[in-house]
Amino acid sequence: MQRRSLIKAFTLSASIAAMGLSWTIQAAETIKVGILHSLSGTMAISETSLKDMALMTIEEINAKGGVNGKQLEPVVVDPASNWPLFAEKARQLLTQDKVAVVFGCWTSVSRKSVLPVFEELNGLLFYPVQYEGEELSPNVFYTGAAPNQQAIPAVEYLMSEEGGAAKRFFLLGTDYVYPRTTNKILRAFLLSKGVAEKDIEEVYTPFGHSDYQTIVANIKKFAAGGKTAVVSTINGDSNVPFYKELANQGLDATEVPVVAFSVGEEELRGIDTKPLVGHLAAWNYFQSVDNPVNSEFVEKWKAYAKAKGLPNADKAVTNDPMEATYVGIHMWAQAVEKAGTTEVDKVREALAGQTFAAPSGYTLTMDATNHHLHKPVMIGEVQEDGQFSVVWQTEGPIRAQPWSPFIPGNESKPEYAVKSN
Amino acid sequence: MPAIYPFLLSLALFLLPLTSEAGEAADFAAASPARQAQLLEHWAATPDPTRQPLLDALQHGRLAVDGARRAFIERDGRLVAAEGDAPPEGTPKKLRLNNRLRGLLATAQASHRLLAEEPEVRLAAARALQKSARPAQLSLLNASLARESDAAVRDALALALANLQLADPDPKIRLGAVRLLGETGEPLARTRLEALLAPDAERDPTVRTAAETSLAQIKRRLLFGELLGQAFSGLSLGSILLLAALGLAITFGLLGVINMAHGEMLMLGAYATYVVQLLFQRHFPEALALYPLAALPVAFLATATVGMALERTVIRHLYGRPLETLLATWGISLILIQLVRVLFGAQNVEVANPAWLSGGVQVLPNLVLPWNRLVIIAFALFVVALTWLLLNRTRLGLNVRAVTQNRNMAACCGVPTGRVDMLAFGLGSGIAGLGGVALSQIGNVGPDLGQSYIIDSFLVVVLGGVGQLAGSVLAAFGLGVANKILEPQIGAVLGKILILALIILFIQKRPQGLFALKGRVLD
Repeated sequence: MQRRSLIKAFTLSASIAAMGLSWTIQAAETIKVGILHSLSGTMAISETSLKDMALMTIEEINAKGGVNGKQLEPVVVDPASNWPLFAEKARQLLTQDKVAVVFGCWTSVSRKSVLPVFEELNGLLFYPVQYEGEELSPNVFYTGAAPNQQAIPAVEYLMSEEGGAAKRFFLLGTDYVYPRTTNKILRAFLLSKGVAEKDIEEVYTPFGHSDYQTIVANIKKFAAGGKTAVVSTINGDSNVPFYKELANQGLDATEVPVVAFSVGEEELRGIDTKPLVGHLAAWNYFQSVDNPVNSEFVEKWKAYAKAKGLPNADKAVTNDPMEATYVGIHMWAQAVEKAGTTEVDKVREALAGQTFAAPSGYTLTMDATNHHLHKPVMIGEVQEDGQFSVVWQTEGPIRAQPWSPFIPGNESKPEYAVKSN
Repeated sequence: MPAIYPFLLSLALFLLPLTSEAGEAADFAAASPARQAQLLEHWAATPDPTRQPLLDALQHGRLAVDGARRAFIERDGRLVAAEGDAPPEGTPKKLRLNNRLRGLLATAQASHRLLAEEPEVRLAAARALQKSARPAQLSLLNASLARESDAAVRDALALALANLQLADPDPKIRLGAVRLLGETGEPLARTRLEALLAPDAERDPTVRTAAETSLAQIKRRLLFGELLGQAFSGLSLGSILLLAALGLAITFGLLGVINMAHGEMLMLGAYATYVVQLLFQRHFPEALALYPLAALPVAFLATATVGMALERTVIRHLYGRPLETLLATWGISLILIQLVRVLFGAQNVEVANPAWLSGGVQVLPNLVLPWNRLVIIAFALFVVALTWLLLNRTRLGLNVRAVTQNRNMAACCGVPTGRVDMLAFGLGSGIAGLGGVALSQIGNVGPDLGQSYIIDSFLVVVLGGVGQLAGSVLAAFGLGVANKILEPQIGAVLGKILILALIILFIQKRPQGLFALKGRVLD
């Protein structure tokens, strides 16, 4: 109910703004865009802010006159962290609401479940989260990181002198496709770097798992065998009990650093970060990055959160997937302007080579063929205030390798998009 | 052999400070991360009391650097130049450390604290050095040991030294070190001894045998700690299951209501904790640490009221119709979840642990017992005792037992059965609310919180035997311990499946559960 009235209020305000800007535009002539993020269930902790960020970006584009002279009209649905429901809602967005594009999904399992729908109906999905690669659909644009833009540099850093020269690796994840595939890639990478099999441990927990006693005790035991680092691909709200248990059992970042691939500023909002100082996260953007584009972005988001009365608006933070959402929507809008239409095939062509000055401080480019962004990699340490301070970063944006060379058989995969079946 | 390198390193480090004219703080501020690491290692080997303020400032993030790379220390909100009294150039920026530097800083701090007056501080420092002492600190540790007067600190220092002495060229010293290490239960000592026992590492046969004995000793101690740890996490999980299931043991076990809304009573209890926390934050910030205690009566009363209202309006019309009760209570649970979503939002809310529920107590070198889990175990036992007293030592309890055993006879004897039903349902819901307070301290608080506990709760009650408190207690702890024994062997996911399969088999064999009420009263 609340959501519906929110959307109503939003479209109303958007249309009023539109009328104010130019009298020639009729309020009825809009482009519908779908927003497909879980607003309840285990993933709500991460995905809710992406929905809000999408709405903010759309409002921003509308305030500048919309796209091709038309206002954007967001259609928000809640797939409730329920993977089959993602496919159902995606179909509803494409066939009933007839949206031109969908921004959505966080977990790879949700993306995998909507993929056949987008390919069948020739829809367009912008996926804003780092993921495991091994996919290159013509109907999806990936604005998050591929493994070589996040996981591999992070592990290289842990192995370096500066990162603590880790010799043993505890790979801990939620039990689904993203952690399993990422860990498969990491295992192959570590083995190629001369790490022995016995120095790699892989452990998985179900979604929403909340009892990390045994696992933290096992990490401690494993760490006694040599300098250890934990690579965490835990997703969703399980991170809160995991980090609480780490802190309570006194596992310090100086002894055993944990580098997380799905924990950002937003997930840390609910935790006291003082005992967690020094644990790491690898992303392509942090709120603490110091540049004018980012200061403006963060300011805008804080003002938006306050104006819309979002929960905990006084502590609003930005994070990497929010930045990727922001960049994705802007790139799509640019491509639609360039193509002059929202037709998927033309927009896809126009997207190749699009550039956008992103809050990460770099001008990001959409690759000409592989549907991924060229992104800089950053590794940040958790600070007392729940922010990250960047301790390492690449010289500049690097190109994504969706087909990781560490998975056998990938050498023959094409570097352009083909339907998965 | 490698023993010469630490010596060379320390020699090189001794020469380092001669090259710089400026003070140490300025040196550190201007250095590259690699050089900062060198400086910290050097300081760790040559403690100097005058350096203490600098180290403290570094540790607490109070060291700032200005445009000219000069160091400033923040005192009472003002920046004071670490050396000299020049005003800062531009706005000084806080110096940030990374993990490696933070680790080296902790070692440097420990060696400086060895100079402290208080034996407790020295003891803590010596203990820290047992883990982190570096070869360059060998002479420092030797000197400290010779100077030390306190017996406990001497022991701790000797142990810290023993770790370094494993690389000593003299077999006698190595032998002593190996024997000393055998006395500890340190997981790290095991790794060091195992490295010593690698082929070609240790030539001296006496040291080798001593190392083997010590290693066996350490392994025994570590195994003991591990088993204790497993037992503790089993008990902790059991206490959580018990708190989740105890309310259901009354509403389902005694009253026979298949209460699918039980999980939501837990959830309401957790949200009551959240509301109390908010009130404390807003009105009594100075007493914030005590909010979980204040939340207990609030959660109990709130959920008991909701429970009694439900009983009066819905459930009492459905007594004796289990299928309708199941559907109705399930509907109620959906309504409650949606209600909470509308009121508090779909996202999880933050319920923070107060300081006294954070951290843990180190019992053995490889065993830390977290406070929140210890408190929850005690709390679970307290709630069980309270429930038992209520049911067995009060008038209400007598009436409840009478009504559940034979409703008609109880009514004939003048027991107001309707009121007793309502109060008993309220009691069960209230206890679920108490469980919710405890759950809020270890997990996430969201509208779906109850959903993840409802299955486990029914498992506990059914396994324990319907109508029996003792059965539920035993079943909860049994399930907890079994879960924790299986988890390290076959993983969390498979462990859960196996437990479920075992319970189904058990119920097949013994449908009445662990404990059953004897007699004709059960139908």
